[in-house]
Amino acid sequence: MTVLVIRRLMQSAVMLLAMSILVFLGVFAIGNPVDILISPQADQAEIARATAALGLDKPLWEQYFVFLANAAHGDLGRSFVFNEPALRLIVQRLPATLELAFSAMLLAVVLGLPLGLYVGLRPDTFLSRLIAAGSILGFSLPTFWVGIMLILVFAVWMGWLPSTGRGATVSVLGVDVSFLTWDGIRHLILPALNLSLSRIALVIRLAAAGTREVSHMDYIKFARAKGLTRGRVVRVHVLRNILIPIVTVLGLEIGAVIAFSVVTETIFAWPGIGQLIIKSITVLDRPVIVAYLMLTVFLVIMINLLVDILYSVLDPRVRLAEARA
Amino acid sequence: MSTFAEEQAREDAASIEESPLRRLAADFFESKLAAAGLVVLLAVVFVALFAPWLSPQNPYDLASLDLLDGRLPPGSTSAEGLVYWLGTDDQGRDMMSAIFYGLRTSLAVGALSSIAALVLGGALGLIAAYVGGRTESAIMRIVDLQLSLPAILVALILVALLGHGVFKIILALVVVQWAYYARTIRASALVERRKEYIEAARCLALSDARIMLHHLLPNCLPPVIVVATVQVAHAIALEATLSFLGIGLPITEPSLGLLIANGFEYMMSGKYWISFFPGIALLVAIVSINLVGDRLRDVLNPRLQK
Amino acid sequence: MSAAAPLLSVEGLATHFFTRMGVVKAVDGVSLSVRSGEVLGLVGESGSGKSVTGFSILGLVDPPGHIVAGRILFEGEDLARLSGERLRRLRGERIAMIFQDPMMTLNPVLRIETQMVEAIRAHHPEVSHAEARARSRDVLGQVGIASPEERLAAYPHQFSGGMRQRVAIAIALLNRPSLLIADEPTTALDVTIQAQILYEVQKLCRESGTALIWITHDLAVVGGLADTLAVMYAGRVVEQGPVDAVLDRPLHPYTSGLIGSVPSRNRRGEPLRQIPGMTPSPLRLPSGCSFRSRCPRADEHCLEMPELAALARGRLVRCVHPLTSEAP
Repeated sequence: MTVLVIRRLMQSAVMLLAMSILVFLGVFAIGNPVDILISPQADQAEIARATAALGLDKPLWEQYFVFLANAAHGDLGRSFVFNEPALRLIVQRLPATLELAFSAMLLAVVLGLPLGLYVGLRPDTFLSRLIAAGSILGFSLPTFWVGIMLILVFAVWMGWLPSTGRGATVSVLGVDVSFLTWDGIRHLILPALNLSLSRIALVIRLAAAGTREVSHMDYIKFARAKGLTRGRVVRVHVLRNILIPIVTVLGLEIGAVIAFSVVTETIFAWPGIGQLIIKSITVLDRPVIVAYLMLTVFLVIMINLLVDILYSVLDPRVRLAEARA
Repeated sequence: MSTFAEEQAREDAASIEESPLRRLAADFFESKLAAAGLVVLLAVVFVALFAPWLSPQNPYDLASLDLLDGRLPPGSTSAEGLVYWLGTDDQGRDMMSAIFYGLRTSLAVGALSSIAALVLGGALGLIAAYVGGRTESAIMRIVDLQLSLPAILVALILVALLGHGVFKIILALVVVQWAYYARTIRASALVERRKEYIEAARCLALSDARIMLHHLLPNCLPPVIVVATVQVAHAIALEATLSFLGIGLPITEPSLGLLIANGFEYMMSGKYWISFFPGIALLVAIVSINLVGDRLRDVLNPRLQK
Repeated sequence: MSAAAPLLSVEGLATHFFTRMGVVKAVDGVSLSVRSGEVLGLVGESGSGKSVTGFSILGLVDPPGHIVAGRILFEGEDLARLSGERLRRLRGERIAMIFQDPMMTLNPVLRIETQMVEAIRAHHPEVSHAEARARSRDVLGQVGIASPEERLAAYPHQFSGGMRQRVAIAIALLNRPSLLIADEPTTALDVTIQAQILYEVQKLCRESGTALIWITHDLAVVGGLADTLAVMYAGRVVEQGPVDAVLDRPLHPYTSGLIGSVPSRNRRGEPLRQIPGMTPSPLRLPSGCSFRSRCPRADEHCLEMPELAALARGRLVRCVHPLTSEAP
């Protein structure tokens, strides 16, 4: 088990390094950020001074190593626009994004799993067909359009829920969270729903397909031949078997959800890292772009690793195969 | 032998003769929903292809626009008697025309990038499966790396690196998608490669390229077709998302995403139609593609045949 | 042998599958009976409907299949007409079943202990987990599994096929059912393991007085095991009787053909006899006797479906030209 973890950690480190080179080369080799910060009328001397101040005059590989060394110290450069350390900017806004992402995943499981199970067990009822059709819709609809529609319906037409911003926050262990206040929840519902819709559809489809497949297996028939109640057969025998692929996919999806939050945060003006990155790309605030990409890739890699570990915990066949290897 | 057994043999032979394509079509159309989806899709493609002839107004000919006609609700008429069926946007453009042209752009970008990704990914996947060894590991390692990152993140990275422009966005979309095609074709090709007809082709000393293209490729196609339909829908959605966020196609080539973005600010003041109708158009396009692709997947999957 | 009334009496069972391509009459006229403590061998080729018969008895036929006719009398109740909950209580408690493929019978993600304890507690919720566990361990030992205590904590894929089948048998016998239905349990196993399992099951059933229906296509297997034999063809029972009588003096031409096609030590050097033709597809059964297209004795009387009739004491046959006076 530990061998697995160490091996994957090393693979992840390599991947992270590769990403850093890629990102660095790309962002720093194209375009000239000086042009944004200096007025077009500046003369050569001013440009030269600004360039030197930002360290942009050194050769590329030297810049990269400086960058790496700084990164090891947690310094990923200062934002050109806000003149603050890029990493700090991002870390400040991270809790908001994580809160949104996890709420979305929670909704996906809580709503998607039971619905998917139902569709898998009784595929021919009207309700099943409705849910299945709905899931195709949920999967196809672009997130930003759903967000706009949600605002239109619930905020503009019905006036039930606020359309922008994050609600009142409470500090827990030094981190600001908003789901503990009623006002916070009111602000959280629409964006979380928006972000989760296509995941709910995904979970429904996975659960339905998994249930359909598992239901025909001999061991389910054997469980029924033992005289177990239907409830137990579904809860214990079916569920445990379909959870494995669902957990795997969901785990991998967390990364996508965090990445997709750029859309939801823009629409709902949610103060997370997604909103930040869009602005940064538009103005080419490179340190922030680099810091965001590095952090997100790091998060995604870590999550993939956790999912792999979780997978081997859930499926005993994998656990023992790895141990033998 | 009695005649009964002979009868049975004859019947069995007859059912084999029905062509697989006809069988496929018959299975496909069993689902009313998928059939409806196909009809809608064809209509959407038709509109996109013939947009310049179908639109009452050319929305990008600045001379034909009248700013005073801006933000009119659906159903209003212009000074010349032109009916704005879906209203106008802030520049006075007829929404319907703008949507037709926007559909054209969205579909074109989506389809183009998908085809390019298919060719690139397909080629690499086929090579990986056929050649094997180090080449295969190298290619698949890159594929896995890319697929472990969410598509939108990859798109963000590329857009941040490449900047704006139609060609650059298409390139970004191609890079996002090629990995899916590569993986699908490789998996398919690996299975086919072991089959005897490939061995037979090798014995005939046919060149590798010929074997790959003429023998291997046609048999790998079914899962690729399914992936392709889903990918086109994704590409369209992704491009719309990027354009909506302002980092996609430039204003000179407005896609539906940009139209929706334009209208977003007017939503609060009740002028919903500027965002709403382009959104519906986008929806219809994507959902119809997904319906068709979904049904294709069910029909082509041998395991689910009851 | 025991009292006159049979433990299980199946009368005219018909189970049809209503598929897109037509009605598959998997079982279309099965009558058989098993007495308490008796071993019945249900023999037939693949597709003859013997597995479906087994599932029908337990009510485990999934849609699009349904029992369309017949009675299944067990301990005074008609199983074909019982409610779902009543049937559930019988399954695993009074009637148990084991399946053909031991690799797929056990749930791969649950421990053996879980799968055994739940079988007990589903019918006896008052039994504590510890007690159920103890009983499970004991029964594992009875079916010949060494170190049962450690084995309880293991997962199915850590067992070989033969051992998994033993576990399945153990689970089936946990609640001391009066009837065990074994659906080709040794077909997927090695010949040596086959013999072991056969022996174990025989011994266990004799010891506990459990009646056994052993479904198989292998005549050689049932020869030494069963008390009574029932032969199935194309969804119908065509002959039933005491095992020695059926094997030595078969009445139905199909049974005779079946026996003749089994390689046997007694006839070394002689060519293997084959039954000409092929089993009809269950979608297109011929009218009348389903065997008539392959039977050397068929004539125009066979165009009508013969009834299962008693020819002698304890011997039933479905044929208008039975082999009454012929030697094998």
